[in-house]
Amino acid sequence: MSTLQNFSSRHPIGTLVVLVLVIGFVWLIIAPWPPGLEHALGRKRIFLNAILSGTTLGALYFLVASGFTLVFGLMRNVNLAHGSLYLLGGYIGYGVVDATGYWLLAFPVVFIVVGALGLLLQHQVFRRMEGQELRQTLVTIGISIVLADLMLWYWGGQSYQVLSPPWLSGPMTLPFISAIRSNGEAIYLSYPQVRIAILFAAIVIGIAMWLVLNRSRLGMLIRAGVDDRDILAASGVHIQYVFLAVFGFGAGLAGIAGIIGGTFQSLSPGEDTRFLLASLVVVIVGGMGSIPGAALGALIIGLAEQIGLVYAPTYSVVFTFLIMAVVLAFRPQGLLGARR
Amino acid sequence: MTDVLPRTAPGRLILLERIPPAVWVLGALLLAMPAFASNFVLYQIFGWSFILGMIALSLMVLAGYGGMVSLSQLTVGASAGYVVAILGTSGVTQISLGWPWWLHIPIAILIATLFGTLIGALAVRTEGIYTIMITLAIAAAFFYFTRQNYVIFNGYTGFNNVIPPKWFDIDWRQSVPFYYLTLACATLSYFAVVWMSRTPFGLALQGVRDNPRRMSALGFSVTAHRIFAYTFASVIAAVGGILLVWQNAQVVPGTAGIPQVIDILVIAVVGGLRRPIGPFIGALIYAILSVFSSDILHAIGMSGERFKLVVGLGFLAIVAFSPDGVLGLWDKYQERRDANRDPLTGGGRRP
Repeated sequence: MSTLQNFSSRHPIGTLVVLVLVIGFVWLIIAPWPPGLEHALGRKRIFLNAILSGTTLGALYFLVASGFTLVFGLMRNVNLAHGSLYLLGGYIGYGVVDATGYWLLAFPVVFIVVGALGLLLQHQVFRRMEGQELRQTLVTIGISIVLADLMLWYWGGQSYQVLSPPWLSGPMTLPFISAIRSNGEAIYLSYPQVRIAILFAAIVIGIAMWLVLNRSRLGMLIRAGVDDRDILAASGVHIQYVFLAVFGFGAGLAGIAGIIGGTFQSLSPGEDTRFLLASLVVVIVGGMGSIPGAALGALIIGLAEQIGLVYAPTYSVVFTFLIMAVVLAFRPQGLLGARR
Repeated sequence: MTDVLPRTAPGRLILLERIPPAVWVLGALLLAMPAFASNFVLYQIFGWSFILGMIALSLMVLAGYGGMVSLSQLTVGASAGYVVAILGTSGVTQISLGWPWWLHIPIAILIATLFGTLIGALAVRTEGIYTIMITLAIAAAFFYFTRQNYVIFNGYTGFNNVIPPKWFDIDWRQSVPFYYLTLACATLSYFAVVWMSRTPFGLALQGVRDNPRRMSALGFSVTAHRIFAYTFASVIAAVGGILLVWQNAQVVPGTAGIPQVIDILVIAVVGGLRRPIGPFIGALIYAILSVFSSDILHAIGMSGERFKLVVGLGFLAIVAFSPDGVLGLWDKYQERRDANRDPLTGGGRRP
């Protein structure tokens, strides 16, 4: 809270601008639009849908990118095979759902399997090249090439979609007015239930990660390791165990994100690089090694992508990278990153 | 100062004498190649590996001398290819302007160099692994942009039928002329890099790589040296990119797609990032593997589609066992041989 107060006392005008923007944005979402605005921006339903898809996409990006940023922050290891872990998790999740029919069962199975693969990678590969960042990065590139081809071999080139369970399929009505009928009756926005559930789950996971990081002993060790892992190791902590835990968790989270991505989008070869790039951009924008940064970056990128898709379909991808370039040019460490 | 070895007159002669015989043999072999190699080998293997080698060489300049691993060099090359297709002639007549070659080729190289310099100016704000990520993201942005933009880049289909101009009434897409064209460009860029590494700029760049703070304290501008390294590398990448487009007779977004961009890194690392010859070795290995992989894989009873698996495993093996690539293996072999040699007589083996 104190940082917020600091910010508002140091930048009164900036705070005012942010406040006005936030209030305007909330008004755009809640209030029914006057005809002039509808004329300028199109139907409100389209706008609301873009905002909601952007937020849910941001939630998915957050799940993928938070493991990536955590691993980077602690081990200085840019895991370029992170996208492959995502896709692998999605495929395994599809297999589990297809075989048993239980959507929720896929989550623990994938978390354990992909997390175990992460443990194996950390224990057998990355531990042997500690401190050689470039070499580790190159190895992860090699692993991603091999994994991508193995997955193509086993699952083929077609695209899969994980079936969402019956209790999550279908739309739900949200308390946002999308339009008002001529007789004065308000139409409320309806939106796929599964996407709302995913958004909710991402927020819960994000808060849980924040709690673990800031309120538990393991979190204390991880934060200490991010700041100075040599001193942490010197003070008698088995830092390799911390590394293993973080890498396994990050990999498992990527796998879980794969199931979610496979539920509301689809799984096919090439999705691994797509999500790797998304996590790259998210953590570059948000700041390397910072979980709140990953959340902020994921929200910005998800919104930019979806709003761009609605209002300027040709250049939606370019917006994403434009944001990245601007952040790099003015704040190379990322929006919430610490300068090292 | 009289006891210093006398400097035998013209320095150039010494330079020629200093070139080891192996280089003469290699040069003669490369020049005489069309006499005994088939057109397919000339065009698909050697032509292609010279081109890939040039683009990987531009990465080697940045990584080996500058300590900056940039994944956007193929993107720079592809941008030159796009400019050639847009300003010159192509099968897409409603976009291509059809300017003469002496105008569109220099402009293409210039624009690509500016583009590469801009990427560099953005990338040098970061260091180490961040540079990899940012250049990878830029490469992805270029790929998606060219795929979605139909006004300038003709979107998904790109430009087909982009062929080299007819200099001296020669069809440069024939195997033998194209082989000599790529050989000449590759040789030129190789020697340009060797020359650059010995200029004051090249030495300062290597100083910046080893200790930026110290170089900065000595009065060198670290940022300017790094950005100019991008400019220099971009020229080579641009020439390589134009040749690549001519070889395929087309430029599409996939010319600089993510897998292709990664392949350039694989080539440079497998060959070795220490010396300029490394990328060409890596490119030759890559070209041979990709052309013959299906035959090899069939021979050991696997499906021919598993080429990427072979490349990936080979790359992993190289990175795991010899971080300096094939050249590193060669260096190790020589070291071991030298260690076995008798230090006094210079020959024979120690017991």
